[in-house]
Amino acid sequence: MNYVALKMLFGDRAKYLMLLAGLTFSTMLIVQQGSIFWGLMTWSQSGITNVNAPVWVTDSNINQVEEIKPLADTTVNVVRSVSGVEWAVPLYKGVQRARLRDGNYEQIALVGIEASTLIGRPGRVLEGKIEDLRSPEAVAIDQLGVERLGGPENIHLGTTFEINDHRVRVVAIVKTQKSFQNFPFVYTTYERALSVTPQERRKLSYVLASPVSGVSPEELARRIHEETGLGAFTEEQFGWKTVQWILKNTGIGVNFGTTVLLGFIVGMAISGQTFYLFTVENLPQFGALKAIGASTGMLARMILLQSFTVGTIGYGVGVGLATLFGLTAGSGGRLPFKETWPLLVGVAVALLLICTVSSAISIRKLAKLEPAIVFRG
Amino acid sequence: MKSFGEGDTRIPVLKGVDLDVARGEVLLLVGPSGSGKTTLLSVIAGILESDEGEVRILGESILELSQSEKTKFRRDHLGFIFQQYHLLPTLTAVENAAVPLLIRGVPKHDAFAQAEAVLASMGMGERLSALPNRLSGGEQQRVAIARALVGDPQLLLCDEPTANLDGETGHRIVQQLHDIGKQPDRGVIIVTHDTRIFEFGDRIIHMEDGRVDQIQHGQEAPV
Repeated sequence: MNYVALKMLFGDRAKYLMLLAGLTFSTMLIVQQGSIFWGLMTWSQSGITNVNAPVWVTDSNINQVEEIKPLADTTVNVVRSVSGVEWAVPLYKGVQRARLRDGNYEQIALVGIEASTLIGRPGRVLEGKIEDLRSPEAVAIDQLGVERLGGPENIHLGTTFEINDHRVRVVAIVKTQKSFQNFPFVYTTYERALSVTPQERRKLSYVLASPVSGVSPEELARRIHEETGLGAFTEEQFGWKTVQWILKNTGIGVNFGTTVLLGFIVGMAISGQTFYLFTVENLPQFGALKAIGASTGMLARMILLQSFTVGTIGYGVGVGLATLFGLTAGSGGRLPFKETWPLLVGVAVALLLICTVSSAISIRKLAKLEPAIVFRG
Repeated sequence: MKSFGEGDTRIPVLKGVDLDVARGEVLLLVGPSGSGKTTLLSVIAGILESDEGEVRILGESILELSQSEKTKFRRDHLGFIFQQYHLLPTLTAVENAAVPLLIRGVPKHDAFAQAEAVLASMGMGERLSALPNRLSGGEQQRVAIARALVGDPQLLLCDEPTANLDGETGHRIVQQLHDIGKQPDRGVIIVTHDTRIFEFGDRIIHMEDGRVDQIQHGQEAPV
């Protein structure tokens, strides 16, 4: 009877298209919003991922990566003294003002890394050499920085601009993950970062550390915290801490959650109602099938097949459209869009639930259907 | 005996009906609306439970069967023709006719071949691929008859098979039903208001107020 079930589904073109539209819209909305949400969460961790260090050490009360509580310079040596530390280096991180050639100002995320090791440098260098950061006035700038500070025609290797009235020179153009605040990343050495930023008693933002062989980053973070009282987190722990802070302290989670829930409810409402109407309108036919000898179980299987078939097609089209949206609107990192497999699995489960509930409403109707209705003229 | 409703609103619809149908017999159930014809047909088919009494078909006591056994019994031994045809609108004539075989799990190809043969024997060989909305009332009823016959049932239950047909088409349809019913291994029960088809009945059961009021034999029936 699978053949009959599918012909009933595809033959009623209007209802089929309405069902498909509902499920496609639902899938697209959930995937699109879920991907943008996860893209934003990825951006929120860019301050960590762009530096790429196994363990981050900071004040124990810190909540998220952008919340800088400067440490004493001696903290680096304190961390180095903890057993299991292979290396520990200072990191400066802060938002500063860059002055453009036309006199305008642009805020930048300045990252100062240790000159000798260049630990904390960006993962990918597009132009120039990151080692040139050791030369006088040198900075490396990311693609967003190139765009914001005047475009490729004005900002390229050798170009100079000012950070807090200190002249700096571009020696490398690097690729970074965009930040939540959407500030360009500018890298320089730790010492130069201290020299171009306003005077403060403490300027050390973080200490980056790595465990010796045989000690996991989690274990090292635990040891540093226990022995020094400082906050120490692995890259992953710090990322999650940042995400949790954002979810707790901004409306982002609620907003996206509401939209995703809306997508789920719309999908459920449209498919449930359409499926129910489809069943009600075909009640005499289903009654006839029951009278002829189709069991309720057989009719239930037919309904489930119809539901899951249109659900699978709707899922495919919806994911396809959401992906297309991500590829076009989100190309070049303009929009935070990160489509992950857990999200796609989650949406598949949600759609499975929508299809099951929609089918269940119809199956309940069919189970109660008396085949005797076929004899009522 | 069969009643609907409960307590004070309980309405007896069948008040005691005793009849039998022989193999090779065409039995007409006639009577005014509300006389219990369709209820009796539903009870015979095992799709309505009677409150009292017994229904035996092919030696099987229908009322003693479980729901799933009744469903299986209908699938294997009974054929149905409905007043409103109840063809699936998105299936072609041959697909509709093949439905009982598909329910039995007969492979699609074999089911369609058998349905095609039955439809062709009823003069529908040229309309196999037509959807119900492209068929006339007579053609739809012939597809419904083909659907009822394709599983080779021993008892054919027909509810007002000519109600929506013009006189000539109705006459032709009932002639076909009569020919089917006269086969020695089959029986046909037809519920009808249509006096024009009384000539085809071997016996005509007149029902009135839930009881058998009168039994006529074919030759006595008014034409």
